[in-house]
Amino acid sequence: MIVAEAKTLEEIFQLVEPFKKILVAGCGGCVTVCMAGGAKEVGLLASAIRLSRRNNQLEVLEQTVLRQCEYEFNRELSSSVSEVEAVLSLACGVGVQSLAEQNPDKPVLPGLNTKFMGLPLEQGVWAERCQGCGECVLDKTFGICPITRCSKSLLNGPCGGSQGGKCEIDPDVPCAWQLIYDKAISLGQVDRLRHIQPVKDWSKSRDGGPRKVVRGDVRLDEIGQ
Amino acid sequence: MMKSGSNLERVLEAGHFAVTAEIGPPKHADGGVIRSRGEQLRGYADAFNLTDNQAAVVRLSSIAAGAILVQQGQDPVIQMTCRDRNRIGLQSDLLGAYALGVRNVLCLSGDHQRFGNHPTAKNVYDLDSINLIQMVKQLRDEKRFLSGEECKIEPRFYIGCAANPFADPFEFRVMRLEKKIAAGADFVQTQCVFDMERFERFMEMVRERGLHKRAKILAGVMPVKSAKAAAFMQQHVAGMMVPDAMVERLKKAEDEKAEGLQLCIEQIKHLKTIEGVAGVHIMTLMWEEMVPFIVEQAGLLPRPEVSGDG
Repeated sequence: MIVAEAKTLEEIFQLVEPFKKILVAGCGGCVTVCMAGGAKEVGLLASAIRLSRRNNQLEVLEQTVLRQCEYEFNRELSSSVSEVEAVLSLACGVGVQSLAEQNPDKPVLPGLNTKFMGLPLEQGVWAERCQGCGECVLDKTFGICPITRCSKSLLNGPCGGSQGGKCEIDPDVPCAWQLIYDKAISLGQVDRLRHIQPVKDWSKSRDGGPRKVVRGDVRLDEIGQ
Repeated sequence: MMKSGSNLERVLEAGHFAVTAEIGPPKHADGGVIRSRGEQLRGYADAFNLTDNQAAVVRLSSIAAGAILVQQGQDPVIQMTCRDRNRIGLQSDLLGAYALGVRNVLCLSGDHQRFGNHPTAKNVYDLDSINLIQMVKQLRDEKRFLSGEECKIEPRFYIGCAANPFADPFEFRVMRLEKKIAAGADFVQTQCVFDMERFERFMEMVRERGLHKRAKILAGVMPVKSAKAAAFMQQHVAGMMVPDAMVERLKKAEDEKAEGLQLCIEQIKHLKTIEGVAGVHIMTLMWEEMVPFIVEQAGLLPRPEVSGDG
């Protein structure tokens, strides 16, 4: 899932400061699961904003859609959006942008900081697992992603800062290459790590510019560009 | 036929026990510091490493510092990390360094910026150190850029890599060194050896794989100024191993600095006896003025003069 984290209340109060009527828009997708931007968080944040402006006039509407990253679901928000001066979105950056694209004359403000694609390790702890590099190498690294989990994204083994299974940058961060090595040992396939991984083609990642996936096999003629 | 013709290559290929020493460029724009270090250390090492923004702290560039040493008739080893430059920047700097007379390059991943004075920086890591070695070799031996395009006048470097026998996973360390040698490393400089027992085990595995015959291995050494400094490295520097006995010995010494130097000299003498160790690399961390003393006391003078295209 996409993992996000709330901005501080202070930041949010500042963002909405110029407005008299806003919509706090939640998302029922990833950010509900990671407890950052679902209907519950929308309710809590809306109350906090109202409380912060007791002396001033500020009306706060609340609404949560199934997935803010799709135009289709956001259409449900259109009547609320038309009533307010600004929208505070509690979706990930994709949700914020899809709302902004659909409402070109309305300020759409981010209430969250979008962090990464990852998974929950335990209640209240999420960890990054994928960087969307566009060319998956997990088959070569026994299911552990060195692009994401090695602090230097090294493709050919651990740097000199791996000690006791930990990464040099933080004793709480496991060394990805220690994990890969251990897995290779347990599978009896260490020899596969002798192979030199060639230079990576980063043009398939963000470095090639903003990406787009176009699939002719599922496209409908009437759907644009 | 020499690959680069650098002094370091000539000394090593002639079979001499080589000495390299590290010079840390200053955190300012005065190249005079490098010039005077170069003069001070002339004749005490076969080549001098110039660190590349070591510990991710901004310093005068390794290539510029190397060029100053070239002007003095010295043989620099420029260190090059993958942290700050992509393949375009790295190749451009390789061409530039060669044009300025640099003939040795040490290919490194680089310390993470978390440790430096710009921890909010973006890092690059377009390549890793092994890919960098391949790229330098391809430029030299195939006259081709990484893209495959021809490089009409190729930079001919003597290619170095690092090895850290004190990092984990231990067994992977020799495998990784083998990958670096397969990628094209001609010489190796190791992390500072304090734990001799572990280093001996590492060298045993190196000899089993015959790696010492495929690349020249220089063991890293460092004189430690105090028991406190040794204890700090023991506890806080990832990838370093300092035995308790060494900390104790420094603690008990009347003059900790003198004892630290003595220890370093003893270590060099011991390293010289290990099969497959082709030289030492002295890292002093801003204590470069002691290099002449160490080299002299370790019985490594005079440095050999190997001429021509041997």
